Amino acid sequence: MRKLILESLLPWAITERAPKADKRALRELGDAVYKAARRRLGHSLAIRQVDAGSCNGCELEIHALNNAFHDLERFGIHFVASPRHADVLLVTGPVTKNMKEALQRTYAATPDPKWVVAVGDCAFDGHVFAGSYAVEGGVDAVVPVDLHIRGCPPTPITLLKGLLALLQAN
Amino acid sequence: MTTLATLMEKLEPVAHTPWPRAVADAERWHAAAEALAAGELTLLAYWGEAHTVHLAMLDEAANEIGIVSRECVDGHFPSIAARHPPAQRLERAICDLFGHVADGALDTRPWLDHGKWGLRHPLGTAGPSTPMPRYAFLPVEGQALHQIPVGPVHAGIIEPGHFRFTASGETVVRLEERLGYVHKGIEGSMTGARADRAARLAARVSGDSTVAYSIAFAQAIENALGAGVPERARSLRAIMLELERVANHFGDIGAICNDAAFAIMLTHCGVMRERALRAADAAFGHRLMMDRVIPGGIADDIAFLGRRKLSAFVRHARRRLPSLLSLYDETASLQDRTVSTGIVRSDLVRQFGTGGYVGRASGRGFDARRNFPFAPYNRHSFEVPVLTGGDVDARVRIRFAEIAQSLELLTVLLDDLPKGLLQASLPQAAGEGAALVEGFRGDVFVWARLDADGSVARCHLRDPSWFQWPLLEAAIENNIVADFPLCNKSFNCSYSGHDL
Repeated sequence: MRKLILESLLPWAITERAPKADKRALRELGDAVYKAARRRLGHSLAIRQVDAGSCNGCELEIHALNNAFHDLERFGIHFVASPRHADVLLVTGPVTKNMKEALQRTYAATPDPKWVVAVGDCAFDGHVFAGSYAVEGGVDAVVPVDLHIRGCPPTPITLLKGLLALLQAN
Repeated sequence: MTTLATLMEKLEPVAHTPWPRAVADAERWHAAAEALAAGELTLLAYWGEAHTVHLAMLDEAANEIGIVSRECVDGHFPSIAARHPPAQRLERAICDLFGHVADGALDTRPWLDHGKWGLRHPLGTAGPSTPMPRYAFLPVEGQALHQIPVGPVHAGIIEPGHFRFTASGETVVRLEERLGYVHKGIEGSMTGARADRAARLAARVSGDSTVAYSIAFAQAIENALGAGVPERARSLRAIMLELERVANHFGDIGAICNDAAFAIMLTHCGVMRERALRAADAAFGHRLMMDRVIPGGIADDIAFLGRRKLSAFVRHARRRLPSLLSLYDETASLQDRTVSTGIVRSDLVRQFGTGGYVGRASGRGFDARRNFPFAPYNRHSFEVPVLTGGDVDARVRIRFAEIAQSLELLTVLLDDLPKGLLQASLPQAAGEGAALVEGFRGDVFVWARLDADGSVARCHLRDPSWFQWPLLEAAIENNIVADFPLCNKSFNCSYSGHDL
């Protein structure tokens, strides 16, 4: 193990430079929201991820945000285990009818002020699953959404740009 | 004559590729249940249609697959699960989706239907929703027992499902799973869809296995139509399938060790997984390689520079793998958590026909790439690692061994990539076919029937998790509650693939 740790220390860090916040995401958030976010949260953001019906592709890429290349925590953004600790709900999937109540309850359990970020094309409008008897549709069919991050699944860089937009001051 | 051939002898055959399908009378249907219960045959898949139920079985001794079908009489069919418990959840799902009644079934609780769809029996004769009683978990009796309900929303970046633990102090006495939360009605959406739209749905049954599902769906369609696929497309499919396996196994090893609080492994494996996904992106234009495999071939050729990046990744991973394995081997405190934790008995694995690393860690060496190989797997030799420990440690070691095998395969496949076309044009015709593809988690089974206009009349996709989830309930028994995440991660079953 010592050898592996030493090896990791020797070359330069593999963590990459931060991308710029996504302009479209900034527009969608509007001035008010991110000023409020900045004022209330400073540079820290606690995220609770909720899979409301995804195929798990989005979860894989959200996981990738925490790897050494992307190192999400350097921006003060971190994932928490309970909605009670969260500022942001990161919701994926077309919301299935079987998950609707659980999502509503998770939303209700998150203290104000809170933001909902809908991740992926399914969370936007149901994508390929739209119209199914078992699916409500996009996340905003169930809870109000502040920001959409599109993609199937969105890459970690796309996710990062969207989340940085939440944090960035104007 | 083999067990399967005897069972299917003189039954009315149906045009079906590549394995035989026949309509069973009451006697043979019963005989099939008995053969499954006796362990002479292994349950491969079990699914419904508006007026029929189908049972795909594997004869492991003869390495044969056969499907028997039973017409429902007034919506009734004899229960298979009554004799063979591994069929239980599949049968409950059939009843939920089609409204059939399984005569003699011991467990008639709904499985996928939580009473929220606004209708019942969505794929059969749909009717209005009726109020559904509260889901009755199995009763537990005994002194000083307490229950811990967990989920559907879990504390992590994980899919949703409900676990009901009954514990005596720290020890889990029983776990009962309740799934179905991410049921998206995929098979319903596929019905009547054109093959290209259905392929996009198949690619999203379980995102981590998107390549495996896409290949299985494409092969089922190609088999139904009797269409060949160009050599180059077949090789590129195999490259994607092996790359998907490597990326997921790295991710799993890291995550399992992290659940034993050994974060350095997560960091290193996370880097390896990211490198794999970047190589996939460079070579195929998508990090998870979604929608790259289409019926008839593949959507795009491997990129010139991407191919070199992929080869560089394979070389790098081959160099790194031994040091990660020795990191695991030399950390006694980590193995203190993984060795003898969450043991799955080998008889259960055989009874359930459990595939993937869960089966192979408990002595069942089935691998669809070797047992039912398609080109190019029939040209290359590789080892299928099998262990008998059945614990978390064995499931980690199987993954290490499979990464090594897949990297060898990738090296050969990339060096020896045939030239030629990427797609074959598919005829527009009716047909029926099936396919079995070894994804990283285990064997994915897909069955499809096409209408004469080329649209999907009915398609069924069976995730390997169906035969792994029930064994997680067995594996956790007598382990402490705190070891559940470790056991669960070592299984890494798909919720979405199961709930469909």
